[in-house]
Amino acid sequence: MTANTSELVEGLYNVGEPIADTKAPGGPIDKKWGQRKFDAALVNPANRRKLSVIVVGTGLAGGAASATLGEAGYHVKSFCYQDSPRRAHSIAAQGGINAAKNYKEDGDSIHRLFYDTVKGGDYRSRETNVYRLAEVSANIIDQCVAQGVPFAREYGGLLDNRSFGGVQVSRTFYARGQTGQQLLIGAYQALERQIAAGTVEAFTRHEMLELVIVDGRARGIIARNMVTGEIETHLADAVVLASGGYGNVFFLSTNAMGSNVTASWRAHRKGAYFANPCYTQIHPTCIPQSGAHQSKLTLMSESLRNDGRIWVPKDPADADKDPRQIPEEARDYYLERIYPSFGNLVPRDIASRAAKYQCDDGKGVGPAVEETDAEGNTRMVRRGVYLDFAEAISRLGKDAVAAKYGNLFDMYLRITGENPYEVPMRIYPAVHYTMGGLWVDYDLQSSIPGLFVAGEANFSDHGANRLGASALMQGLADGYFVLPNTIRDYLAKGPFDKVTTDNPEVTAAHKSVTDRVQQFLSIQGTRSVDSYHKELGAIMWEYCGMERTDAGLRKAIDLIRELRADFWKNVRVLGKNEQLNQSLEKAGRVADFLELGELMCIDALHRRESCGGHFRAESQTEDGEALRHDDEFAYVGAWEWGGENGAPVLHKEDLVYEAIEMKQRSYK
Amino acid sequence: MNLTLKIWRQEGPRAAGKLVTYQVKDISEDMSFLEMLDVLNEQLNDNGDEPIAFDSDCREGICGMCGLMISGSAHGPEKTTTCQLHMRSFSDGETITIEPWRAEAFPVVRDLVVDRGAFDRIIQAGGFISVNTGAAPEAHSVPVPKVKADRAFEAAECIGCGACVAACPNASGMLFMGAKITHLGELPQGQPERYSRVVDMVNQHDADGFGGCTNIGECSSACPKGIPLDVISTLNGDLRRSLARKA
Repeated sequence: MTANTSELVEGLYNVGEPIADTKAPGGPIDKKWGQRKFDAALVNPANRRKLSVIVVGTGLAGGAASATLGEAGYHVKSFCYQDSPRRAHSIAAQGGINAAKNYKEDGDSIHRLFYDTVKGGDYRSRETNVYRLAEVSANIIDQCVAQGVPFAREYGGLLDNRSFGGVQVSRTFYARGQTGQQLLIGAYQALERQIAAGTVEAFTRHEMLELVIVDGRARGIIARNMVTGEIETHLADAVVLASGGYGNVFFLSTNAMGSNVTASWRAHRKGAYFANPCYTQIHPTCIPQSGAHQSKLTLMSESLRNDGRIWVPKDPADADKDPRQIPEEARDYYLERIYPSFGNLVPRDIASRAAKYQCDDGKGVGPAVEETDAEGNTRMVRRGVYLDFAEAISRLGKDAVAAKYGNLFDMYLRITGENPYEVPMRIYPAVHYTMGGLWVDYDLQSSIPGLFVAGEANFSDHGANRLGASALMQGLADGYFVLPNTIRDYLAKGPFDKVTTDNPEVTAAHKSVTDRVQQFLSIQGTRSVDSYHKELGAIMWEYCGMERTDAGLRKAIDLIRELRADFWKNVRVLGKNEQLNQSLEKAGRVADFLELGELMCIDALHRRESCGGHFRAESQTEDGEALRHDDEFAYVGAWEWGGENGAPVLHKEDLVYEAIEMKQRSYK
Repeated sequence: MNLTLKIWRQEGPRAAGKLVTYQVKDISEDMSFLEMLDVLNEQLNDNGDEPIAFDSDCREGICGMCGLMISGSAHGPEKTTTCQLHMRSFSDGETITIEPWRAEAFPVVRDLVVDRGAFDRIIQAGGFISVNTGAAPEAHSVPVPKVKADRAFEAAECIGCGACVAACPNASGMLFMGAKITHLGELPQGQPERYSRVVDMVNQHDADGFGGCTNIGECSSACPKGIPLDVISTLNGDLRRSLARKA
């Protein structure tokens, strides 16, 4: 680990040595992945049985990786906190999965998918990784179809496609509004097949609470059996984290209630760098919040923007009117007006901010909710814009619209009590996906040897913003095709020295988990875990949400530090360890979110540019668009844990673009 | 609105359980049923009582993790998951009874949480298509007629929540199993293993303690995803043909 090499910057962090990815081979970009696969050492089938891998998480990345490594013959231990691997939050993805198949002959190609993804990420992703993602995308569709994933088909029996935000070709494969579910069930079935075959051992209702490092290598995890409370030690030759994103730091988000950062954060505290934590994607099409009781926000698939038109009344006085009574000339279709070539299909960051600005200007619709600004002033604001299907229904007919989006319309009706076939939906942006995550090299290996990170848990492929239908693509690319090829290069260096549970580094990790659990149960304060989580979420949304300022972020850091100190004095966790104890589970996760939140704010503060999902108010063009500073910030910010009371250390990985020219993004 | 809740409390798998009565006040009709339980749990925690354990995760009707018997109906009065059930479906002053899924194959873990591992074991028995990663043919090389694709999709909508089992007087898992057999059996990719799949899955289903199907149809009417009852006919048809082939 690198020693601190600078004076404290702004009183908050140190700058350490620069880092670089050393695994991507040289040569033209379209030959790199083939070369890397060839260069990666092989493990013969008889030796694979002697090698073991722990995979944490059973979503698209983790489920696919476990299944594929199991098929290859390694001994895999698969962990998830849910009652079944089939419930991983990948299941909730609605819209689709991109692949460069060019089935529509509309000019798509690997290179174009690569280009769109890098541009969509505002030139803050690693070029080599993104090219590989585009390259393997077509194989993913083949694999999933062979597993029986029921993608949408045309009458001729061939696969159908649609288009998604940020692109002008139809490359998105979909299964109505349940693409995530169908892809996950495919990976889950492949995983269950390996469980039956005995190559994969499944540990459900188990939560990883610590990473075990022996002699500088990741060699296992400490997990809590959530039913019995037993703190278990699991050892292996390598560890894969595929534990998803950390959007729940905001409390209200589209993530599942259990989605958490603990696996990644525990690894970060053991030396894995955390890259670009401030990159949060705000999704433009969520159902607006209805009240203070709300536990989560629900996304409406971005695919709705293919046929729905987004507008607000030109006159704020019309906000309470029945939208059907507002004539065309009194409506502002603001996306179509400002971005004529992409219209309602602009990327998520742009659509989200545009909606926020309309509402900030008092043009929002729906119930007015009280808001407190950074200075403590309150005002009533309507947080919603219309997503209107009236024109699509008159053009295509109600049945055709129902065939495409029926389940989404039903869901909207269920949640709001309003029928979107008759009145326009109301939507507002919400926290959806986190592009930051543990830093990995081209092999998906973190800064800890033997610790690999896949899917949303790593930082690599989406840059500062994620295009629609690319999260499913990355999860499956990592799990089915990338990781199984790269991890073998690491495993081939084995067999590693045998580690036993009485190894001092293992027992220390075990003890730290046991002590922490006891600490939560012994504080016996007065405030519930959820109340801290909600307060943290409010701070994060206000100061580190859709728009950030220097002053706001500094204020947030102070507020989080105070809140964290209070948490460790006053939290109340009832019950005991030796049983299913949901308050105890939440306490551990919120404790980690309280540390991560501060790092997110420090990262956002240091990046004095706007890019993708990171919008710094101080850095915008005259038109209010995000203004990047490539001369200063064309790097990945990878943070090293600075110790319990120390400051984090920033390591920069310069982003090198050889195949793509960096340009200012424009969707006009 | 104000409500009286009678909730099943059970310390652990082997402990005796009982219904305990709680009161909640000022519940908004925009709350989901689970958010109403969140409110109760905050209230319990503030009073120093242990919160009620219940399962939920995505809270948008797709992960299948939530599942409660609400006044005798699986997932409550509407045809949806518990997380998508909203309090506007209830009236002020109502008494609501909340229990865990009731089936021998789903033992209670704590309070309202049950173990549905038996569903995973049924899938392990054959609920998949055997194709190793990288061994797949080009996707367009096998066309699938749209009618069959749509039928497969309809069956594939099953979220594995277990409402069908909880609603069935026999605690049968036939709708869950029929959905998987129909999903894979409608597709050309699923044909090679079609007849071994059904036998293996049915054997596992019986071994795990699910009851037999007597065509009552409660499963399908309780299913939040509207899985049609005729997937069970498809299952039975495949099972008959499979036994005929073996004979």
